[in-house]
Amino acid sequence: MGDWKAITVPVLSSDSKIILPYTSERKRSPTSMNSQVLRLSLPSPKNVHSFFGAFCTEENLEQSISYIDRELTTMGFPSIYAESKGKELNLVSIINCINELLVLQHKNLRAQEEVEIQHLKLGSDMDHLQNCYAKLKEQLELSKREIVGLQERDRQLQSKNRNLHQLLKNEKDEVQKLQNIISSRATQYNHDMKRKEREYNKLKERLHQLVMNKKDKKLAMEVLNYVGRADGKRGAWRTDKTEARNEEEMYKVLLSDYEQRQKQLLLENAELKKVLQQMKKDIISLLPPQKQKPKERSEDGLVLSDQEEDIGELNKENMWELSCETVREQLTNSIRKQWRMLKNHVEKLDNQVARGHSGAWNEKDVISREDHELETEKLELEIQQCKEMIKTQQQLLQQQLTCDDDTTLLLQDCYLLEERERLQEEWRLFREQKKNFEKERKSFTEAAIRLGLERKAFEEDRGAWLKHQFLSMTADCKLENVTTSAFLRSNLTDDVSLLGSDPDIRLVKCASRQRKPPSVLSPAISPEPCQISQYIAQN
Amino acid sequence: ASCIQHRLVVRDASSLQILQLYTCLDQIQYIEWSSDSLFILCAMYKRGVVQVWSLEQPDWHCKIDEGSAGLVASCWSPDGRHILNTTEFHLRITVWSLCTKSVSYIKYPKACQQGMAFTKDGRYMAVVERRDCKDFISIFVCNNWQLLRHFDTETQDLFGIEWAPNGCVLAAWDTCLEYKVLLYSLDGRLLSSYRAYKWPLGVKSIAWSPSSQFLAIGSFDEKVRILNHVTWKKITELDHPATISSKKTIVYKEVEKSPTVDTERLTFPPTRALASSLFSTQSKYQISQVPVSLQYIKPVADRANPKVGVGMLAFSADNCFLATKNDNIPNAVWIWDIRKLKLAVVLEQLCTIQGFQWDPCQPRLAVCTGISRVYLWSPAGCVVVQVPGEADFQITSISWHSSGNSMLLLSKENFCVCYLEREEV
Repeated sequence: MGDWKAITVPVLSSDSKIILPYTSERKRSPTSMNSQVLRLSLPSPKNVHSFFGAFCTEENLEQSISYIDRELTTMGFPSIYAESKGKELNLVSIINCINELLVLQHKNLRAQEEVEIQHLKLGSDMDHLQNCYAKLKEQLELSKREIVGLQERDRQLQSKNRNLHQLLKNEKDEVQKLQNIISSRATQYNHDMKRKEREYNKLKERLHQLVMNKKDKKLAMEVLNYVGRADGKRGAWRTDKTEARNEEEMYKVLLSDYEQRQKQLLLENAELKKVLQQMKKDIISLLPPQKQKPKERSEDGLVLSDQEEDIGELNKENMWELSCETVREQLTNSIRKQWRMLKNHVEKLDNQVARGHSGAWNEKDVISREDHELETEKLELEIQQCKEMIKTQQQLLQQQLTCDDDTTLLLQDCYLLEERERLQEEWRLFREQKKNFEKERKSFTEAAIRLGLERKAFEEDRGAWLKHQFLSMTADCKLENVTTSAFLRSNLTDDVSLLGSDPDIRLVKCASRQRKPPSVLSPAISPEPCQISQYIAQN
Repeated sequence: ASCIQHRLVVRDASSLQILQLYTCLDQIQYIEWSSDSLFILCAMYKRGVVQVWSLEQPDWHCKIDEGSAGLVASCWSPDGRHILNTTEFHLRITVWSLCTKSVSYIKYPKACQQGMAFTKDGRYMAVVERRDCKDFISIFVCNNWQLLRHFDTETQDLFGIEWAPNGCVLAAWDTCLEYKVLLYSLDGRLLSSYRAYKWPLGVKSIAWSPSSQFLAIGSFDEKVRILNHVTWKKITELDHPATISSKKTIVYKEVEKSPTVDTERLTFPPTRALASSLFSTQSKYQISQVPVSLQYIKPVADRANPKVGVGMLAFSADNCFLATKNDNIPNAVWIWDIRKLKLAVVLEQLCTIQGFQWDPCQPRLAVCTGISRVYLWSPAGCVVVQVPGEADFQITSISWHSSGNSMLLLSKENFCVCYLEREEV
């Protein structure tokens, strides 16, 4: 219920004061209604009594009841009178009506509250919008002013630009004009110069004539004697032959110069061709065998075959000797092809790297930079490890070497000890053997002495026997034989005594000695003692 | 040989002993040795007389009188037996023969800077002639002075000609108002013509490389353009800016060393040697850090023959270096490496460079700046050599001995010989 109904009540004057505000409020703006409404929705308790008292009094009770009844019925409420047409009031209906009115009042109050709230909201929205509107208006003003300023500047700059263009044109025109002036002046000067020169020539000719004519000071050359030519040749007459020869010589000089230059250029050419070929080979070697696309592979294959063909052809033709156009073109074209391929390849690699950077792992055999770096790190680690290993091994080797020295020394010592012991043992054995030998020797010598003694005895016996024999046989020969036999005997005895002293060594000597004396003796006797001695010697 | 007034003094080159003394008729203006070093000609321009002396026979004499024709220039022919006299006003060139006492005339020679050029082997001579306001070049055979070729050149005003060292190409260049370099072959055909730009002042100096491979053209725009002998096209332009910023260039700057004086050893009155050493400042070379800005002079614009542009060009004997001087930067010598076509070294001196000469055997450059110091540069380094002496010796020109062991330093009135020691290897 947003509408306020104009309650036109035949009111008393006291009511009019209150009711007038009602009617007049409608004309006011909605904002002012709020405050009024609030005031009126909760009638102050002071006014209540006066308000209620003012309407119905003791006198106009009937009138007021009938008026209320009329109002209620027009409002749609049941009549407050009883059924019958008497003046009895139906209390129940009155209460109902009052209740209904209260409910209505509540409803109205709530609606009023809602409306007030909405009103407030709308009011604040409106304020906000108004503020925004004001701000935007300000901004618009500012920007308009800026635009105007910029436009002004733009106009100024454009005008400056136009001025500068104009100046430039003027300058150019001036320059052109000045050049024209210069050229015209130059031609004028040239003309003047030529004129002056002609005059000068004329003067020179005149002077020359005068000089030649005067002949007061003779042109002369005094030379003491002729000087020989530098190259010793005689002067030649000026003839056609000489002229021809001159020409010839001149052409020879020129030709030789050209030939030299041509040789140099040929050499340069050959070198450059070699360099180009080398470059071609290098480029071919640089291009890797591409595995990515079959199309490319086929292309590469074709190109490779082309290259090989090219190389083959060129090698066959010995191109550095030829210098014809086609060969040169071929070479340059092939190099250009290779270079283009190399460029493409490098570009591809660059793209791959870029893609790798951005993170697209499309190609399988693309090694991204991070992977590459990882691998390089790994390799470096490996290298370091290997180096460390090598170091340690070296150290160990060194240690080993030093250890070997000690051990060898020890070993050597051990060996020495062993050897020494062995040697000592051997010495012992040796000494033992020596002792044994000595013993045997002694025994031998003793045996030899005994043998000698026995022999002596034997010899004495033998001598005695022989003596008997002699005496018996040669009773005649007395003294001589005795002496000789005595001599013999003495010899024998000497020998025998000698035998005793030296067993082995002197036996031979005895034998030798024996031989000498027997020369004195008769041959018959001598052989016998010799025989005896020999026999002894043999024993 | 040196001349003083009207006397000719001949000295030995290694000991400077006076060997001969000759007296001429008049003040000698010009002397020249013959190519076989047997004769010396002395030219006296005022009198118009040339006297020739012999070293072998001091009694032998020869006098050539040009008479009223006058004498402007005189020179030997390459065979050492003919003398070419240029008469006054360049009326004609007279060829006097010492062998046959005969005379030949070359008419209409041109009065230009380098109007006569002999080939290195002495076979041919080229002369610039001008008839009817047109330039011609005549090529003569030096043996018998026969005219070989005569052709005209498309130049406004031919300024100079120069043979290439191989004797097959002749370079001719136009006046400085017009940049034009023409190249003719020995038989007179035009091989090529080169023009760098049209209006500004043109060629100032030209030099052939010893191998005839390059022709360096120095022009008034402070640049040197090098042409190659195969195509006769420009291979590079060498610029001479006032600021050097390339890191690969070595800049040697001459700085003055303040002389150290031992105050205890000062005597009164001061001895001459001490005085000279006090007042003559020593100087040495110092390497300046790049970038270096050189002293740039902009001359007055309304004078003729301004001191701008590359005025001096010289190739080293081994064809590896080119020394140039930009007249705008008169204190610096620019040495370019020809193999790399880059600026190798800049020598910055204290005074204006008067001249420089390359050693005929090694890549060694001697520079003189008008003071009593000689500056030597070689790829190994550079050194300042003070000419010892009391008087102020202002060196104006240098001339190397053909063996490269000594050089002649000339000033206005004196000369001295500088001997260079060879390192024992």
